[in-house]
This record gives sequence, structure tokens and C-alpha cells, in this order.
Amino acid sequence: MTDQASASSSAYNEGVIRLLVIATMFWGVAAFLVGVLIALQLAYPVLNLDLEWFSFGRVRPLHTSGAIFGFGGNALIATSFYVVQRTGRTTLFGGETLAGFVFVGYQLFLVMAGVGYLLGITQGREYAEPEWYVDLWLTLVWVVYLLVFLGTVMKRKEPHIYVANWFFLSFIVTVAMLHIVNGLSLPVSWTGTKSYSLFSGVQDALTQWWYGHNAVGFFLTAGFLGIMYYFIPKQAERPVYSYRLSIIHFWSIIFLYIWAGPHHLFYTSLPDWAQTLGMTFSVMLWMPSWGGMINGIMTLSGAWDKLRTDPVLRFLVVSVAFYGMSTFEGPLMSVKPVNALSHWTDWTVGHSHSGALGWVAFVSFGAVYFLVPKLWRRARLYSERLVSVHFWIATIGIVLYITAMWVSGILQGLMWRAYDSLGFLQYAFIETVEAMHPFYVIRALGGVLFLIGSLVMVYNLIRTARGDVREEAGAPAVAPGMNPAE
Amino acid sequence: MPTKIEKDSVTGTETTGHEWDGIKELNTPLPRWWLYVLYATIIWSLVYYLLYPTIPGIAGLMGYSQREELVERMAEARARQAGSLDRIAAAPLEEVKADPDLLNFALTGGRAAFADNCAPCHAAGGAGRPGYPSLADDSWLWGGTLDEIETTLRHGVRTADDDDTRVGEMPAFGPDELLDQGQIEVVASYVLSLSTQAAGAAGEGVELYAEHCASCHGGAGEGGREFGAPRLADQIWLYGGEKADIVAQITRPSHGVMPAWTGRLDDTTIKMLTVYVHALGGGE
Repeated sequence: MTDQASASSSAYNEGVIRLLVIATMFWGVAAFLVGVLIALQLAYPVLNLDLEWFSFGRVRPLHTSGAIFGFGGNALIATSFYVVQRTGRTTLFGGETLAGFVFVGYQLFLVMAGVGYLLGITQGREYAEPEWYVDLWLTLVWVVYLLVFLGTVMKRKEPHIYVANWFFLSFIVTVAMLHIVNGLSLPVSWTGTKSYSLFSGVQDALTQWWYGHNAVGFFLTAGFLGIMYYFIPKQAERPVYSYRLSIIHFWSIIFLYIWAGPHHLFYTSLPDWAQTLGMTFSVMLWMPSWGGMINGIMTLSGAWDKLRTDPVLRFLVVSVAFYGMSTFEGPLMSVKPVNALSHWTDWTVGHSHSGALGWVAFVSFGAVYFLVPKLWRRARLYSERLVSVHFWIATIGIVLYITAMWVSGILQGLMWRAYDSLGFLQYAFIETVEAMHPFYVIRALGGVLFLIGSLVMVYNLIRTARGDVREEAGAPAVAPGMNPAE
Repeated sequence: MPTKIEKDSVTGTETTGHEWDGIKELNTPLPRWWLYVLYATIIWSLVYYLLYPTIPGIAGLMGYSQREELVERMAEARARQAGSLDRIAAAPLEEVKADPDLLNFALTGGRAAFADNCAPCHAAGGAGRPGYPSLADDSWLWGGTLDEIETTLRHGVRTADDDDTRVGEMPAFGPDELLDQGQIEVVASYVLSLSTQAAGAAGEGVELYAEHCASCHGGAGEGGREFGAPRLADQIWLYGGEKADIVAQITRPSHGVMPAWTGRLDDTTIKMLTVYVHALGGGE
């Protein structure tokens, strides 16, 4: 932030991207911290403190929105603005003004949503909790975001549109559609916060999970594949593995993902045919999802040795491995008999976090480690060693988290369905809750490790931005891909 | 921009000839295994569409319906238990208690029903919590025989939606100005002496107790079940056994409420619960 002069001399608009990167890390740390808090509240309910605005029910959406929209959203906007300029050899459409509006407007959306949650203002729709007035504001911001991105794509100086931008564009367009349809509601009054959805009953549930599942599909998958398609080839300095695969898996993901939402509503009043649709499209989605993993990992052909020396590349590649694991687990959990065991258990929570921590957060960490030296005009990161420390602490945290939730979820599912020899339920619900306690403690510990890792990262990034370089024995003075001369 | 196709030196694969910010793409064909698994999932889905409901209103070749599956499996579960349930429904409580098979069945079923419906207040195993009586001891507010327990279960205690509910209310001696603060302290001390059976209590406490309390709680604090008046001559306290607790209860008493379970649970489940609660430790 200290050298605006040198930034403005860049051929590209980078000031707003620096702000977006700072926002990414701010919301990231905040969301991880709140996540640790609610994990501890589940393990030790006394930590709800009998304060309504501090209780699990109000704080949990603060965590999910903070992680998905605060951390993930800012990372997506930052990287999409960076990538679309570089791969189109042009500046942002509308310049710093329109992009600046997206930045300010998006942060305002996050603050309005978060304050509302703590005050109990919510639509009660998962990942779409903000009330109508926040929804309207976000719609405006999002349309401007689309305008900036699409305008930049259209005035590009390259003949073709790079694959990362296909993914970014599909993410922006689809999220707009999902947000508007799922948010359709009637305010009780124009001066009040409360509104009611236009949908009711099972149609309402299906609309919500059409939204909810595609928030995963287009926000947390397509958008972050856009990040993967730029930062892995850049950091590995290798060509993308297969252009053909990128086309096929892009279009098959786009076509299949949008129908998979009903798998959140198995064994409910949702009609059988709609459940069939959700299950089969989830299973067919397996290979299209894995196309991205293959393209990410195989891009390292000829550069595998860099994994030993480059912890930033390690973050990026391991994120793709977690992506592959989660996108296998997802179709598996969408098969009805498996879902009969896994649904409403902690297994689902573990699944979403192997995606959120392992894939979304790791690929974002890798991108931010790549971006900060570039954006602040530094030769290299302050410390590669600290990146490595961050990597290992965070990885151990994720492993603790996911394995605890696997065991806890399967145990929970088995206890719920256990019958004794006379045909009575073996366990009362409260007994299944008590059995979860040790796993909730382990999960919270995993979260603490992940949070500590992110604080190490923030320290490293601040020192990098200030221009400090840590003397590290055995480390190359300038890591591959860290060359500022671009 | 001219396309410039090159051969990648590491893999030997050609590039597509495009370049963005230094990024090139190889023209590697689709991995065969990837394509075949994709085809396999599509074929699997097509087969599934034939077998299971896919078009609204058409069941598919398997004739599957989730609603029917639920009905069938519930019927199976009921059929498994039908013999024992019917016998319990028909038999008087004493007979259920006397037949080892029925007793075992009723205790198991009662335990399951208790855990989901009763334990939230009375705690696991009926251990009780402050304000919610223990069911595992021999101190009963409304009686501990099978019939008395069943009546309490069916009609509840001080509940608004049952005309035959158990009713009993202790006056608020403070606000109703039946006793002044000093008298309440004296009576509380006397009540405490009843529970510890300390000798030598005499004077004003005895008189006040006889006048205001004995009609419900009994002359020696033995309790009065027709009013749900707790026995005072023991160490079991519903709202606490410190003197301050007793003063508070005399001044402005707390009264517990229990729902009537008729209509919430079926008759056979209520009978099984009765047998289970009776067997927790203090059945009479």
C-alpha cells in the first residue's frame, strides 16, 4: 500500500486487486476464527454464554458466509480481475472506478449480512441467509462485477479466451441467476427487514437446494477451477496438460452440475423422479469434476521436482488432490443407500470441509502467495520456509478435521438406525449427541491448527509487502516463478 | 495473432499454438480411462432410468415407490412386534409384570420410549433434576403403584389440555400474606428439622406447621399424595434442601407441569412406560 506510484505505473489495474487480496485474508482469518468458536460451542455448549447474539445459531452463518463469500468471494474477484487482464492483455473495463465500486459494494454486502445474522435478521436459507435489502444490494454489485469482467473479456487483445476465464464467467453468470431466483421474496414492509419467500413447501426446499448445491458447483468449484487454470501453469512453468480435456470437462460440468441439487433432499416429500434426477446427475458428474483434477495435476509433468522445493506449488497441487477426493466423495454420498447413512450426520460437514479447507482455501492460499510479491513489486516472498510451515500446520489441521467428522458421522448414522433384538431403537438421540463429544474436540483442534497456519501466512505476507526478505539457508534466493520481471 | 504449434520437449506432445501471459496448452487427447468411466456412469444412469421412477407418474420397471417402501417397512417393523404389543395391550398391568417375556418386552420398549420422551426432563434412567422429580427412588408425589403411575402418565400434572390432570397447588404464603417473613423462617426451620428428624423442635414452628401445612403435608411431614404434596420427613428435595430454598418455596412456591401423554403416545407405549418407570427403583 505504500508505493501507489509504482503500482500506477503498471500496465494493468492492480490497486483494487491489492485491496481485494487484503480483504481476502481479513475475511479468511475472521471466518476461521469464528469457525473455531462454533466448533468449540458444539463441544462445550456453555460457550454460547446464554447470549442470543453469541449463540451457535446466529454465529454459524457468520462463519459460513465469512468463509464462502468473505474469503472465497474476495479471492475469486481478486484473481478473476488479475487473470482476465493478464490473459487478455488489457486493463479492466471501467478501470479502477467500476472495479472499486465492486470492491466497496461487496464489502458492504458482507458487513450488512453479518450484522444482520447477529441481530437475528435472516431468511433462514442456508448460504442465502441475508434478507431482501441485502440481496438487492448484492444483485447490483454483482451485475457491475459481471459488467467489468465481461467488458474486459470483450476488449481483450488475445484472439482466444483463456480457459480460466470460461470458468470465471460461468461462475459470475450462474451465481447471478441462482441468487436472483432463490432470493425472490416479498418484504413485509419497505421499512422492515422481514420478507417471505415466493416459494413454499417442497418447491421452496428444491429451489433452495438448487441454489445451495450450485453455490458449491459454480461459486466453490467453477470459480476456483478458474484460479487453478491460471496459477498452476504459472507457478509450475509448464503448459496446461490437455486443451481438449479442458473443453470437455468445462461443458460437461456446466451441463450436469445444475441438475444435481435434489440429492440434498433424498427421502423427503420430493417426488421420486426428482430424486432420480439428482442422484444420476451427481454420479455422472464424477468424471467431469475429475477432468479438472487431471488437468491440474498432470500439468506438473516434467516439473514434479518443483514440489520438493516450492511450497507455494505444493499448496496448489495438494488443493487439486483434495478437490479430487471431495468430488469422488460427493457422487458417492449422492447414491441413495449411502445417503441414507450419511445424510444429516457430521459426514456431510466433513465432506464440505474437505472441499472448503482442502480445495478452496488451499488453492486460494497458493494464488495469494503468488500474487502478493507481484502486486507489491517484491522479488520474492519474505519466507518460503514459513509457507512450508503454514502448509504442514494447515494440512494436519484438515486431516484431523476430516477424519474426526468421518468417524463421528458414520458412528452417528449407525447409532440412529440401530435397533435392538426386540425391534426398538437402541439409542436415544441424546446418547448419539454425547457420543460425538470427543470428535467435536478433535475437530476444534483441527480448526485451531488451520487458524494458526493462516496467521503465519498473514505475517509472511505483511513482511513481504513491506519488502523484507528472510535469510534462509538452503533455499534458493529467488524461487521459481517468483521472478518479478514481467 | 499467428498460431504457433510447438512440440513440448518433456512430453513430446504438440501445443495448440495459443499463448496467454506465457501459458501454453498441450493438445493431449482425452485420457481413455477417463472417457470410459464417464461413459460407464452415463450408461449406468440410463439403466437406472429404466428401472426406477424417472418420468412423473411412471414407476419404472422395478415398480419402486419411496412412499410404498416406507409403508412396507413400517408394516414389517410393526408385524415383528405385533404379537407382544397385542398381548400387552390386552393384559392388565399386573399380568404384564408377572409374565417374564412380556415384562422383558415392556421394559425394553419402555426404555426406548422413556429415552426420547421423558429423559429430557427426568434425566437418563429417571435420575431427576432440580424441579423434576427422580423416578428411581421410593418417594412419589402422586403415588408409585402401577395404576397411579399410569394415571399420572395419561393425564399429566397441572396441564391445561386434560380435564383429569393431577392438580395440587400450594398457597403463596408470602404474597398472599398468610404468613409474615419471620413466621416463614420459623416454619422453614421446623420443616428442616422434620427432614433431619432432629429432636426438640417445639414452640411456634410446631403450631404454625399444624395450622398451615399439616392438612396437605401430613402431621409428621409424611406427605399427601392426593394433593401431590411432597413428603417432608426425608432428605429428598424437589426444589432444594437448603433453608433458603425452603423459605423461597413457602413464600412463592414453584409448581411443576407435566404433559398428558394420552394422544401423544399410544396406549400400549404408555403401558410399557408405566412398567418401566415402576421398575426403575421405587415401584410400589
